[in-house]
Amino acid sequence: MSNTVIEFNNLGHAYRPGEWVFQNYSAAIQQGSIFALLGPNGCGKTTLLKVLLGALKPSTGSVVMDGRSAFVPQLFQVTFDYSVLDMVLMGRARQVGLFSQPSVEDEEAAMASLDRFGIAHFARHPFHELSGGERQLVIFARALVSDAEILILDEPTSALDLKNQIVVLDWITRLSHQDGLTILFTTHHPHHALAVADNALLMLGGSNLVSGKAGDVLSEENLRALYGVDLKLLAFEHKGHSHETLVPVLPYASRARQQAR
Amino acid sequence: MTEAIIADPARSRPKAGSPWTTAYGWAIPLLLGVCVLLAMLVSLCIGAYPMSFAQAARIVLHLAWPGPLPENPPWTVRELVVVQVVRLPRVLLATLAGLGLGISGTALQGMMRNPLVGPDIVGVSSGAAFGGVLAMLFDFSPAGVIALAFCGGMLAIFCTFTLARLAHASSSSMILVLSGIFISGLFVALIDLVKRLANDAQFPTMAFWLLGSFVGADPRKVAMIAIPTLGGGAVLMMMRWRLNLLSLGDLDAQSLGMNAGFVRWTILALVSLIVASQVAVSGVIGWIGLVVPHCARMLVGPDHRRLLPVSGLLGALLMLALDDITRALIRAEIPSGVMTALIGTPVVCFLFWKAQGKGWGRE
Repeated sequence: MSNTVIEFNNLGHAYRPGEWVFQNYSAAIQQGSIFALLGPNGCGKTTLLKVLLGALKPSTGSVVMDGRSAFVPQLFQVTFDYSVLDMVLMGRARQVGLFSQPSVEDEEAAMASLDRFGIAHFARHPFHELSGGERQLVIFARALVSDAEILILDEPTSALDLKNQIVVLDWITRLSHQDGLTILFTTHHPHHALAVADNALLMLGGSNLVSGKAGDVLSEENLRALYGVDLKLLAFEHKGHSHETLVPVLPYASRARQQAR
Repeated sequence: MTEAIIADPARSRPKAGSPWTTAYGWAIPLLLGVCVLLAMLVSLCIGAYPMSFAQAARIVLHLAWPGPLPENPPWTVRELVVVQVVRLPRVLLATLAGLGLGISGTALQGMMRNPLVGPDIVGVSSGAAFGGVLAMLFDFSPAGVIALAFCGGMLAIFCTFTLARLAHASSSSMILVLSGIFISGLFVALIDLVKRLANDAQFPTMAFWLLGSFVGADPRKVAMIAIPTLGGGAVLMMMRWRLNLLSLGDLDAQSLGMNAGFVRWTILALVSLIVASQVAVSGVIGWIGLVVPHCARMLVGPDHRRLLPVSGLLGALLMLALDDITRALIRAEIPSGVMTALIGTPVVCFLFWKAQGKGWGRE
């Protein structure tokens, strides 16, 4: 399709011969869509992202990425205490020549991007002093100033409190809907994927995967197969809008609570 | 709705333009530059033969802009010889060595994302020293010494990276430091082996050279260090903002559109060239490359656009001061390598103590 921006076919990666992390993975991600990648710990989500970004060479198959990408790692920590403005300015790497320094125009662009996320007042603050949610917004601002068309996020809501999880998920949706960015993110929260993703891929291990529309893929059966636990799909209305979410069923805790009652 | 959660309208939006692009940003490097020039002039006055600051300045001005010699110059021939032949080459050598080591240490620390790295810790210095003693063993010309020192430095850093990569941890700063220590140890052993093979005439030369000293400075040595240090340093200065990106890690830098591998190896080659030229003319001088970046970071922060020039100038200033102490206060010609280690070790210990819980251990 013409508006496919990421496409991988028969993709496989093995760190050692014969020990496949994943195998025969194929999917296509459309421009401006949100794509969620789910799987248990150690299933190779980060490895798949690294292969897509070109940091790891695929053992089999091919990747076509049509557009500038920006990556947001799982735990974003930097060794040196750069200011927030310095961090966002680094997003201009493509626009600044190899032997040049960022210009005042680049700094204006970085400030405008921080403004967009409502965090321009943090420009001179050390990046380390920000909370997890604020840091994530700084990285979004950096992605935006880099003129990235594809945003790849590795567990963007991990280690965030509930409010910041909502802020980050909300921005993921805005960046896709308002800016036309294609967003690929990994998550351990199926309800996050259900809330914001258009499409999802479940990494079931080896060459097994389920891929398709998020609403179809994130079913109780598929998630039971993926995580080995029960989840219930709940539908409800709130302020005139219909919502769906996934709630895990805790076998022992549920029984214990019932007995206590 | 989200802006309401994060944004605070009460706080004003700061103006664009980082301190580096403002007049304030240039103030500290400019001030340091003036300090280095003054320190060079003061260094010309220090030594057994007394000389006033004004006299030294007049002679330097005459040497810098040579015109017809006045009929009755305000200086004696002896004073001219002391400045031109004895002190100026040594002062220039110390300045350039400090400048190169300051820049190299900062570049390595930024690139390897580790504030505990220096040219001597990642093996460049010992590799270059091995190349140098090998060249001396085979009676190579001075140009041969610098060429082999460069090859040794590059070989050492290549081995360090290869070892880290074999451990599948080329981006782990701790593994890189460990690899550097192993490789450094190997090259130190090889240096000892070469010293064993040296004849009676070569051995003392090698031993004194390895201790690091500016004794015997002459214009030829100044040229040997000036060209690689100023040339390589200029390219590093042009690439200094890229060090900010490299310090984020390869994956992040690459995803922002930078060819991390190419930039890393270019910077490594330049650092090896600068350190090798320093080792070739003045032996192994440790600690400057490790300590100076920290002092500079305390002064101007971590942004390499400001940090790199300030590190170079601070390195030059520190090296000049140490050489002056060696020449003026002690007068026993303690090798500069020994002096820097004697002063550098307590400084690093102090930084270790001060850095507790301040993020040095971040991976």
